Amino acid sequence: MSSYISLSYFDVALASTFIVLNGLISIAFKLGLAKKLLFVSLRMVAQLLLVGLLLNWIFALSSPWLTGLVALAMGLFAGREIRARQERRLTGIWGYSIGTGAMMFSGILVAVVALTTQIQPDPWWSPRFALPLFGMILGNTMTGVALALDTLAMTVDRERTAIEARLLLGMTRWQAMRPFVQQSLRSGFMPIINAMAAMGIVSLPGMMTGQILSGVDPQEAVKYQVLIMLLIGGATGLGVIGATLASTFRLTDNRHRLRLDMLVVK
Amino acid sequence: MSSTAHQDLNRGENSPHLDIQNLKTAIFGPLSLQLAKGECVSIRGKSGAGKSIFLRAIVDLDLNEGRIVLDSVERAAIPAFEWRRKIALLPAESGWWADQVGEHFERAEKACELFKSLGLPSDVLNWQVRRLSTGEKQRLAIARALSFEPEILLLDEPTAALDPQATGFVEEIMRQQLAFGISIILVTHDAVQAKRMASRSFLLEKHSLVEDKGEKLT
Repeated sequence: MSSYISLSYFDVALASTFIVLNGLISIAFKLGLAKKLLFVSLRMVAQLLLVGLLLNWIFALSSPWLTGLVALAMGLFAGREIRARQERRLTGIWGYSIGTGAMMFSGILVAVVALTTQIQPDPWWSPRFALPLFGMILGNTMTGVALALDTLAMTVDRERTAIEARLLLGMTRWQAMRPFVQQSLRSGFMPIINAMAAMGIVSLPGMMTGQILSGVDPQEAVKYQVLIMLLIGGATGLGVIGATLASTFRLTDNRHRLRLDMLVVK
Repeated sequence: MSSTAHQDLNRGENSPHLDIQNLKTAIFGPLSLQLAKGECVSIRGKSGAGKSIFLRAIVDLDLNEGRIVLDSVERAAIPAFEWRRKIALLPAESGWWADQVGEHFERAEKACELFKSLGLPSDVLNWQVRRLSTGEKQRLAIARALSFEPEILLLDEPTAALDPQATGFVEEIMRQQLAFGISIILVTHDAVQAKRMASRSFLLEKHSLVEDKGEKLT
């Protein structure tokens, strides 16, 4: 059944023809894109080659500690990306830890449950399964959490008068913040909802395409893709909700005040 | 209520309606102030003297220290949202969060009773917030705050954006509330309004409250 066609490095090099063509057009018309295009292409090749080597090494060693360590590094890096996306963020350690914590918590929870009960490789933490799965979950959760937190901080800062008016009418901090929390949740959920809605109609997901190209029966590839999308959706949702509620808690206090002094501008 | 009754209450023979003791924030204090039931006290002072912060501190909207007692209810003993139902602060800039005016009124019926005396049409609840003038917003905010029937009103420049007629409406409502036994702290720039409405006037300067006996009125 396997119709996997192995690529030679020459085949891969040939694929760069069109990128090179783009570069030539840019030079001919002085579009100023050639250098940038060359740089990102080389960078992508280098990054992926390194990842290939690294994965080879990790798969060969097959150590649970190493797998965990790599997963942790991925999470911390994604957390840094979340922080970098925030125009206004919480002061001190909170600016990093709420987003990273919520993303890691939901990502690890969903990945571990999926590995131990659904995919069930042997051993369950087998890096060949755990790391790509965790990576896909993490990448999407990162986007959702970053959007939600950015929207929350921006909205709260802009709508201070409205939020305080609600507090002054005797609402609790949660009641007063509700419309603005909802807005942040909507932003955070938007990419994953769009992705799920478009799946199979507007877009054929990369992972499924990749599996089909490497000879997997489309039916099987679809099953995998559905599983992955449900996991990603679940993890993104948990991460977005967790991060938004924790930030809302931090942006208010137990005397039901709005605490904009907890925000700093980048 | 006669003015002698006011005097008695002020002298502390009965416990005051609102008792503010050593209220302190990052920029002023400690300040103390006692209000008798149905009394209006005015506070004037330069911009930035901390008049708005003082009102915000009373309703615990900014970090502050101090003890406040309303009718023997300790502020620290009840949650802040309950405290704010008893003491309504009307900020200088009113806050709106939905498109339609009516969505901001939890107790629309109660508020509707006030619209006429504030010079607002009865269909104002169907209006769009973005089409309101500053003065209309201010009067609507007054109706919204009063619809919760607070015991104390803290008014921050309530008539700054209003024309003389609307100012008259608002002052009339304030008199009605005072007659019901509601007490008012009125922050205003207008010395004449302070004199017209308040039984005692204060100046907030150099981070403390100084009673204004009237000779400084300009």
